[in-house]
This record gives sequence, C-alpha cells and structure tokens, in this order.
Amino acid sequence: MSKEVILEVKNLKKYFPIRAGVFKRIVAWVKAVDDVSFNINKGETLGLVGESGCGKTTVGMTILRLYEPTAGQVLYGNRDFSKLRGKELREMRRKMQIIFQDPYSSLNPRMRIKNIIAEGIITHGIAKGKEAEHMVAELLKKVGLSPDQMNRFPHEFSGGQRQRIGIARALAVNPELIVCDEAVSALDVSIQAQILNLLEDLQKEFNLTYIFISHALNVVKHISDRVAVMYLGKIVEIADKKELFSEPLHPYTKALMSAIPIPNPELKRERIILKGDVPSPINPPTGCRFHPRCPIADLKICSKEEPELREVKPGHFVACHFA
Amino acid sequence: MKQDTLSMKWKNFVESRKPLIDDWKHTAYLWRKSKLTMIGTFVIVAFIIIAIFAPFIAPYDPIAQDLSKRLQPPSSEHLFGTDQFGRDIFSRVIYGSRIAIQIIVLVSIISGGIGTLVGVFAGYFGGVVDEVLMRITDMFLAFPSLVLAMAFAAAMGPSLTNTIIAISLVYWTVYARLARAEALRVKNMEYIEAERAMGASNFRIIFSHVLPMCISPVLVQLTLRMGTIILTAAGLGFLGLGAQPPTPEWGAMVSDGRNYLVDQWWISTFPGIAIAIVVLGFNLLGDGIRDMLDPRLRR
Repeated sequence: MSKEVILEVKNLKKYFPIRAGVFKRIVAWVKAVDDVSFNINKGETLGLVGESGCGKTTVGMTILRLYEPTAGQVLYGNRDFSKLRGKELREMRRKMQIIFQDPYSSLNPRMRIKNIIAEGIITHGIAKGKEAEHMVAELLKKVGLSPDQMNRFPHEFSGGQRQRIGIARALAVNPELIVCDEAVSALDVSIQAQILNLLEDLQKEFNLTYIFISHALNVVKHISDRVAVMYLGKIVEIADKKELFSEPLHPYTKALMSAIPIPNPELKRERIILKGDVPSPINPPTGCRFHPRCPIADLKICSKEEPELREVKPGHFVACHFA
Repeated sequence: MKQDTLSMKWKNFVESRKPLIDDWKHTAYLWRKSKLTMIGTFVIVAFIIIAIFAPFIAPYDPIAQDLSKRLQPPSSEHLFGTDQFGRDIFSRVIYGSRIAIQIIVLVSIISGGIGTLVGVFAGYFGGVVDEVLMRITDMFLAFPSLVLAMAFAAAMGPSLTNTIIAISLVYWTVYARLARAEALRVKNMEYIEAERAMGASNFRIIFSHVLPMCISPVLVQLTLRMGTIILTAAGLGFLGLGAQPPTPEWGAMVSDGRNYLVDQWWISTFPGIAIAIVVLGFNLLGDGIRDMLDPRLRR
C-alpha cells in the first residue's frame, strides 16, 4: 500500500455555542472536538471509534465542512480545505463524500433514486440527460442494485438497499475519500456484512480512502487498517488495527477492548468496567480528560498535566502519561 | 407495418412510465376512496364549469336593468327572482362565479408565491435574514386580516384589482410561516447535508430540494384558504370596498339586498348560498388534497 498522505487534519477544533436568555448570549461552549490531529494515507481505512457523544461524528462533519471548524486545518493535497470559499469549495467537495447512518432520512423521499444519484453528476456538470442516466445505471450495478429500479422512490426499498443507494450517490462524483458516518449501524447484522463487503470491494476498485466512524468495535476491527480512539473530543490512541487490538496502551482503549464480546463461553477474561459517566464536554476535566474514570490515574500528574499524543512505537500514538 | 411500430412505441412508452402511471393510479384510488373529497371536487368542478360557460347558462344579461320587473320573487321566469333594479339574480350569481374565480386564482398565485419565497429564504438562511423577514411578517399578522385588507383596499381605492392586491398582501403571511417551518425542518435533513457535501450551491438546494418540500403544505393551505379568500372578497364587496357596481360580485349582491331582507329575502339569500357552497367545496377539497399528498398514507 502506498504511503501517500491524502488528508492531514491539524489541531481541528469545533466548539458549539450554548446560548441562553433573551439576547441569546453565549453562556458556554460545547467542546465537541478539541484539538484533534491525524493523517490518512491514500487507499486506507481509518476507523474512528468512541462512545456516543465523544465527537466522532463531529470530526467527520467538520472535515467535510458540513460544520464550520472553530480552528485548525484540514489539508487535502496541499490545500487547506477548511479555508476554501464559494465556487472553489464546491469544486473540492467532489473529492470527499459522506455516507450517512440513517438510510431513511438521508434520501429525499420525494425524488426518484435516478435523480437522487444524478444530483452530483448534474451539479458538477459531469454529464446531462441520457448520459447521466447511463452513469446512474452503471453506479446502480456497481452497488448491486438493478438499473431498472432507478425510477422508483426511496420508500420502495429496504434499509440495506437504501444504504446502497446512498453509497451510489456518494460514488457518483468520483470521490477520493468517503466518510462513513456509522454507515452500517442502522442495519441488521446480515445486511451489515453485505454493505461492509460492498464498501471493501468498491475501495479496491476505485482506490478509495475511508474514514469509518463507528461505535461498533467488531465492525471497525473488520474493515479498518488503522484505528483512532476518541474520548471526549480528543484522540487518545491511534495505531495499526492489529497493534491496537492486540496491544492497546491507553487505559480507555483497554477498557473498550475488554467490552468486545467474544463468542467463547470457556474463555475467562478480565472485564475492565469504568466508573461513572462520561464528563460533560462543556466543562471537561482538567489535565487528562480521562483521569476521573481511569483505573491507573495518578492524581499528581493526570489531573494537572494534559498528556500529549506521542509516538511510543512506530505508528502507534498514545495520549497517556503512563503508556 | 407503420401501425405496428407505433403501437410498439406506445407500449414501450407505457412500460417506461409505469411507475409514474402507477403513482397516478394510486392518487386516483385515494381520491375515489374519500366521499367528502369527491363531493368537494364535484362542487369545485361545477363551480369552474359554471364560470367558464356563464354566458350560455345565464338566461339574462347580469347588468341589464328592467325596472318594470323589480323585486320579483323567484319564479319559472326568474329562477332566483329579481333585485331592486329588475336584474335577474340567477344570471348575476352565475356571472359572479367568474369574478370569484378571478379573485381566487390571482390571490392564490400572488400570496402563495410571495409567502413561499419569503418563508423558504427565512427558514433556510436563518439568522439575520430570518429575523428581518419574520418580523415583517409579524407586522402584517398583528392586524386582523379583514381590517388590514379593508385598510389596503380603502387606501388604494375600491376596485376589483385593488381588492385582489389587498387580499394578497394580507394572506401571504400564512404561507410564509408555513413555508418557513417546513424549510427549517427540511434544511436539517441528512439528504440536504449530502447535497451540500456534494457541492451544490445554496440556490440549487433551495430551489430543487427545499422549495418542493415546502410546496405541498402551502398548496394544501392554499386550497383550504380559497374559501377564506372568497369570504374576505365578499366581505370587502359587502362593505363597498371591493368590486364596484354593477359588477355582479357575490358580497356586493348580499349587501344590495340587505335593505329588503325582510320582504324580499331572495336578493341576499341566493348569492349568500353560492358563497357558502363554494367555500364548503373548497374546504372539503383542501382536506382531501392534504390527505392524498401525505406520503405516509400513500402505499
């Protein structure tokens, strides 16, 4: 696999204001994504995991500029995607697409799937009329649907089929990177496998790069090359999939790993059960954000100094004082 | 031979349009299923036919006066009787439908158009745009609609055109709020986000995604409001601020007969009944259309 970096995220921050009162004053900020940096190589799949509310979807949305980043850079090639405007931005958007979690709300219920998929083709002036229709037919074949279904409406399809339509729509503009935002979470397990296989096939065929956002560790383990673990708006560990799953270094990652069910009742293993709830991202804990729940925290350091994401082994980054 | 290829072509055409045809069939089925909608449709269709063929249906000239036959009760000669100038009320009611349709169509187009555009822009862009547009809307809503329509009509001078403008200026607020609410809902849907991620411009998103979604509630509200429009127009006519005599406008006709109501009840009653029937018809039809367009009831 080539090691060409396709996307570089540098110190990305996204704060959402909380407004209150008659004058809608900003009273606080939700630090949904707080200083996140990572790279993605061309053709690889980066898994982004973490519990709900840790900011993984916000990372995806902010990279795509569906949310405006508060600070930081998103370098695509050598251009900062987060600073582009107007026409330039719209042009660049072809390169990065998104597949949504909910296959029901992500398709316009009043449009035929032919038109849904052709939207991008027409918006970017790739093709028109008959030619566009031909391309739609090809895309439908690629995602395993029959081209003669293109005159139907979304409600005539099942969840799995709708997700395939969503994938076809994303592929229509020849993207290089696709953000899969919980792309299989809303599907049942047998369909999940189908969609994951489809995504893998398409990746090989078009040399796609995926950011795969999910809370399902088994899914991420299946599809990713590298995995980033997020906790409360920060990345706590990034490593190769094998490395991360066999040798997690951050205590939070360890706790997550111990929660993956293993289909073997004979196997005895230690479950790490975290105390308490995820703290509020409005007012995150000082120092290491994980220290109030961490089993190995040393209050002298952990509550005061924020650990940096450092490379402990080649390609294995951890943000913990004790790793 | 030629016949053959033509029928083949037709078959292919039908085949390729099958989903669309099925869709229409389903709409027709839903329509047939609801009796009230059918009654409403029947009333409105009759209303439109009467308006179109008014010169053929009406036995007399609606404006021609014949003082020798004034204030005659309903008879076989004058079905609804005659008014104080000897004009045939039946003919006047028939011709009145033309005035009513003119008002309805123009008011719907003007107020629906203004309202939808204002609402969609306010809802989609939000922030300052929303704040400014909606405060203007609130200003219009602050007055009772009939009072405001009267003020406009009086300021511009009573005439049919000014009635239409006045009513449009009063009613667009309803559609603006409706379209805004719908735009607010739609703009946060994931498919709009997908559209933005695709690189579509705001303009394109508004006109090809947000606006079409806002049209169906506005359309339903328009059909529901058509009754109200007639009522308002009739109200203005009744007060002398609408169409001027001798135009056979229903509201003005009701007003004409009010001095004679005790002894010559027919002068006011028949145009009044016409107003009631048409308003009812529009309301039934509006309800029916709302049900038919509801995607949850479809299939």
